[in-house]
Amino acid sequence: MKNKLEAKNVSVFYDDFQALNNINMSFEENAVTALIGPSGCGKSTYLRLFNRMNDYIESFRLEGEILIDKKNIYNKNIIVEDLRKNIGMVFQKPNPFPKSIFENVAYGLRIQGIKNKAILRIKVRKALQQAALWDEVKNDLDKSALTLSGGQQQRLCIARTLAVEPSIVLMDEPTSALDPIATAKVEKLIYELKKEYTIIIVTHNMQQAKRISDYTAFFYMGDLIEYNKTEHIFTNPTHDRTQNYITGRFG
Amino acid sequence: MNNSKVNRIKDKAFNYFGIFCTLIGLVILAFFIGNIFYDGITRIDWDFLTALPSRKAEKAGILTAWVGSIWIVVFTFLIVVPLGIAAGIYLEEYGKKSKLSELLEVNISNLAGVPSVIYGLLGLEIFVRVLGMGNSILAGSFTLALLVLPIVIVSSREALKAVPKSIRLASFALGSSKWQTIWHQVLPASFGGILTGVILAISRAVGETAPLIVIGALAYVPFTPSSPMDEFTVLPIQIFNWISRPQHEFTVNAAAAIIVLLIITFTMNGIAVYFRNKWQKKINW
Ligand SMILES: Nc1ncnc2c1ncn2[C@@H]1O[C@H](COP(=O)(O)OP(=O)(O)O)[C@@H](O)[C@H]1O
Ligand SMILES: [Mg+2]
Repeated sequence: MKNKLEAKNVSVFYDDFQALNNINMSFEENAVTALIGPSGCGKSTYLRLFNRMNDYIESFRLEGEILIDKKNIYNKNIIVEDLRKNIGMVFQKPNPFPKSIFENVAYGLRIQGIKNKAILRIKVRKALQQAALWDEVKNDLDKSALTLSGGQQQRLCIARTLAVEPSIVLMDEPTSALDPIATAKVEKLIYELKKEYTIIIVTHNMQQAKRISDYTAFFYMGDLIEYNKTEHIFTNPTHDRTQNYITGRFG
Repeated sequence: MNNSKVNRIKDKAFNYFGIFCTLIGLVILAFFIGNIFYDGITRIDWDFLTALPSRKAEKAGILTAWVGSIWIVVFTFLIVVPLGIAAGIYLEEYGKKSKLSELLEVNISNLAGVPSVIYGLLGLEIFVRVLGMGNSILAGSFTLALLVLPIVIVSSREALKAVPKSIRLASFALGSSKWQTIWHQVLPASFGGILTGVILAISRAVGETAPLIVIGALAYVPFTPSSPMDEFTVLPIQIFNWISRPQHEFTVNAAAAIIVLLIITFTMNGIAVYFRNKWQKKINW
């Protein structure tokens, strides 16, 4: 097994408030790692470290290192735009661009300078197929993405992310705005995707973490309490806090 | 009577008072428009639209005036659109919180309150004299562009601000730079709002008279302009000129020209409303 990402002595501050306390953790390649924990424990903050989306928060400050393929992505010589082409992100609320379905998926390719229509068509199709959306939209590629249902929009956002062929996909509660049927589709999709991608997913849903992840990390008030194989966390957690959280005794 | 009944009556009374106040404005406007149509509508015909100005009222037409207005509109548009949108983008997307942009912001609000005649003086000094444009269409267009620039800047900023953060974040997360995000996502999504502002600005420019008189636009221009460096007149100046004559026939001409001017501005405002509605329907966050 190979470590794709690593957090080394990571602490995060928003001004004086410390949101993450000295986290050390590594992520296995081509596996799904779930981040769980009560609201406000720092899951989203942690996830955003890996594609440097926290950079847009003025009060944000980082101590420690985030390594991807052994390279510190907060080094001065890192070009953030290039980094993000390798690390996709799917957001909590579906946020398609107010453009056609095709243009949504093609956008990431276009900004990389790909103009050839045939190549674009092939890649868009492949991404939509990976996201299990192709059959539903193949005749409506020119329709506005905003006409899709919430679940379809979220799969479109996944397709948009996959189109640029990243090796890592970050997901922040990707199904929290979806109904159960759409959620099931996205879960199945995530399970399929791990063959080719390293996936980190934040989820509020214990059952979801159990169903789709290989590893689970439990956070509490900025601390990493427990990190292990998912089956281990859910059957035999070491800490009482973890036990209480996964059995729903506090949330 | 108990208290809530009294309140109910007060409510009603205020309601009627509000309707009354609204109606005053509408009635007066309707009266003016009606009056002008009564005076001028029969005067409008093909000859009136295509005849050159003349000392004889019944022979005089507005060809040079409306052609001049169109020249002015086109060049004002060409100047104000890139300037206004670029300034809006800078202030909203780049300059935020810098000392410079704070200073600019205050001054843009101030500019919006400056009387238009002052812009005329500014235009006379800078464009007509210093930059040597003379009393040409170009000088007039630059002057009007300055005058309506705050409208375009402010409405561009509003439109850019209305684009949700989630769209920008999605674009950044795909690896696009700030400029790519603005150009490919934010600008297209705010296009409706920006366009609305531009059209309102231009329709304001069409009706302006004072600054153009100050920079030396002429009341009597016996030819239609053929280049932006030519002298010119515009509809409002032609109207002003006719109204100041004693003969009744010229007043009729003025009324007819006012109708044409009103049609132009109402049409432009209508287009602005149409685009706003269309874009709001298309982009429904
Ligand atoms: N932009 C921000 N500025 C200041 N504090 C923030 C910001 N974002 C999150 N926080 C704080 O950091 C902590 C962790 O937040 P977050 O990472 O969103 O938690 P989670 O995703 O687990 O709910 C919370 O206490 C939250 O209030
Ligand atoms: Mg969160």
